Amino acid sequence: MKTNPVKRPASPRPAKLWQLRLYIMDSTPKSLRALANLKKICESHLKGRYRISVIDLLKQPQLAKGDQILAIPTVVRWLPNPVRAIIGDLSDVAHVLVGLDLRSTD
Amino acid sequence: MKKKHPNSVPAQPVILPKCRTGIQGLDEITGGGLPRGRPTLVCGSAGCGKTLLAAEFLVRGAVQFNEPGVLIAFEETEAELTANVASLGFDLVGLVRRKKIVLDYVHIESAEIQESGEYDLEGLFVRLNYAIDSIGAKRVVLDTLEALFASLHNETILRSELRRLFRWLKDKGVTAVITAERGREQLTRHGLEEYVSDCVILLDHRVNDQIATRHLRVVKYRGALHGTNEFPFLIGEDGLSVLPITSLGLNHKVSTERIATGIPRLDAMLGGRGFFRGSSILLTGTAGTGKTIISANFAQAAALRGERTLFFSFEESPNQIIRNMHSIGLRLEPLVKRGLLRFHSARPSLYGLEMHLATMFKEIAAFQPHVVIVDPITSLMDMGTLSEGKGMVTRLIDYLKAGQVTTLFTSLTQGGHTLQQSEAGMSSLMDSWLLLQDYEGNGERNRVLYVLKARGMKHSNQIREFLISDHGIDVVDAYIGASGVLTGSARAAQGALEKAAVLTAQQEAARRKREIERKRAAIERQISGLRSDYEAEAVELRRIDEQVGTSTLMLTNERAESGRLRQADAKASNGTAGNGRNGKRLS
Repeated sequence: MKTNPVKRPASPRPAKLWQLRLYIMDSTPKSLRALANLKKICESHLKGRYRISVIDLLKQPQLAKGDQILAIPTVVRWLPNPVRAIIGDLSDVAHVLVGLDLRSTD
Repeated sequence: MKKKHPNSVPAQPVILPKCRTGIQGLDEITGGGLPRGRPTLVCGSAGCGKTLLAAEFLVRGAVQFNEPGVLIAFEETEAELTANVASLGFDLVGLVRRKKIVLDYVHIESAEIQESGEYDLEGLFVRLNYAIDSIGAKRVVLDTLEALFASLHNETILRSELRRLFRWLKDKGVTAVITAERGREQLTRHGLEEYVSDCVILLDHRVNDQIATRHLRVVKYRGALHGTNEFPFLIGEDGLSVLPITSLGLNHKVSTERIATGIPRLDAMLGGRGFFRGSSILLTGTAGTGKTIISANFAQAAALRGERTLFFSFEESPNQIIRNMHSIGLRLEPLVKRGLLRFHSARPSLYGLEMHLATMFKEIAAFQPHVVIVDPITSLMDMGTLSEGKGMVTRLIDYLKAGQVTTLFTSLTQGGHTLQQSEAGMSSLMDSWLLLQDYEGNGERNRVLYVLKARGMKHSNQIREFLISDHGIDVVDAYIGASGVLTGSARAAQGALEKAAVLTAQQEAARRKREIERKRAAIERQISGLRSDYEAEAVELRRIDEQVGTSTLMLTNERAESGRLRQADAKASNGTAGNGRNGKRLS
């Protein structure tokens, strides 16, 4: 995967739509912070190519099992494959970029 | 019962409510189970049965106590778990389908997760809460929570979240079991015992002499009395069983009923009525002294009385015993067919001591025997160390005594002087002890038997010879005299000698009797001779008397006649001879 990181985003990625799921628990400050951080990062790196769906586990607890959610907040990169996850309020942008496999586009 | 008069009831000490695990033996050790509504930590090294203990706690809760449970697995997937516990006869799939158990596999792969900023484990709480609420779970198992330490790097968050988790579990009111890996210096690798302070159970798997034994120890049980010893446990076909099952006290019921041994003379040696019901009997002897035969006799006698008898044999197969006992006139097969007698044979080396013990417990629990025979107990005791062996026998005896089961253990001794010494450890556990011995001499080997001890009954101090014939066992008096104990042909010879002496004495007496008879007859004859003499004399005497009387009369008559003839008026006082003959004729 890491053999040729520079070439990868060149052709296939721009065509794809990024699907991100943000799992939060109620509107806690941490959750809101995570959402804000995620939006900011996506705007700057994936403008127009992303879709964020926010899942509140307080309302839909049964969804926690499906994406193996343990920590809150968690962002799951649903598409493109492979599925990746980032936990935390996403305040550490560098880690988020690594987690979303976006660093190369930086 | 109602809260109407809270002040009228004296303040009772709050007894920690307990949650029965249903695991054989564990509830006994912990005095009723795990602390209800609190988390319990089960720690141990890899492969010592943590997950199985936790799973059994959950399954038994769901099946036996109608307490649904949630299993959060961090290491094994649902499918793996199901397969693992299926080997113990637990139908996880069925329980899940019937909404008795929820399995949730929490998969966290640190390679797939990036940490960025603050987070908490609310997701885990949500899942747990959702699972608990979906079936109304009362029990929760978190199988190796420590997996979290491997996946999440922020230990500060993790620790504070774990603390919150245990608090949350308590508030939720579920009885939880948390498993953890054993650490080097502390109970668990990541110090989880810090958070779980109510009950800690330590599992251990040790190999001694190539035999592996699992041990369980309740390290801590806040607010409750518990056995602190290490207890062996094993994972059998139907789950865990912790041994001992009952050994926290010496308070068995005792019976005054006596049961016959099947050998009348032996009963006679034991105060005439045999052993006490529910007592433990040790039968020691060197090879070939007839231990199995006496055991089989005892078994047959019990089965014929209609008592279920369980015969554990560690030397012979059931068929071999039946055949061999047939040769001395014991018909065991019909009793086996009638279900009164059951054999259980196993090679001692088949598995470890604990496994044997557990198998025996299982057999006993299934068959509910009145009499149990273990032939020989030494085969088992040789496997472990002396203390292990003794511990096992103690547990077995405790278990059997609690059920009023009479137990006969045979013990093979090596002969020589250590005969009694080697059994000393075990004998203190036994109520009665019979010793079988060989007596060599006269070019033959004979068996003798004696009662070494019999608690609570009058018993014979005599050595008896016991003979084995087509008809079974016959106990006879050995000859004990100035020349020592005589058995076998020597006893027979001594018997003949005594018989001859008696005969001689009898003959002598007869002879003397005859002589006296003869003497008596002679005297008798003498007496009759004398008597006839005496008779003759008496006749003579009478004749003389008569003569005298007659002559006097005649004289008087003559005198009177002559007086009349002489015309004399004078009294006829003088007489002349002449007509005496007439007078005599008159008389």
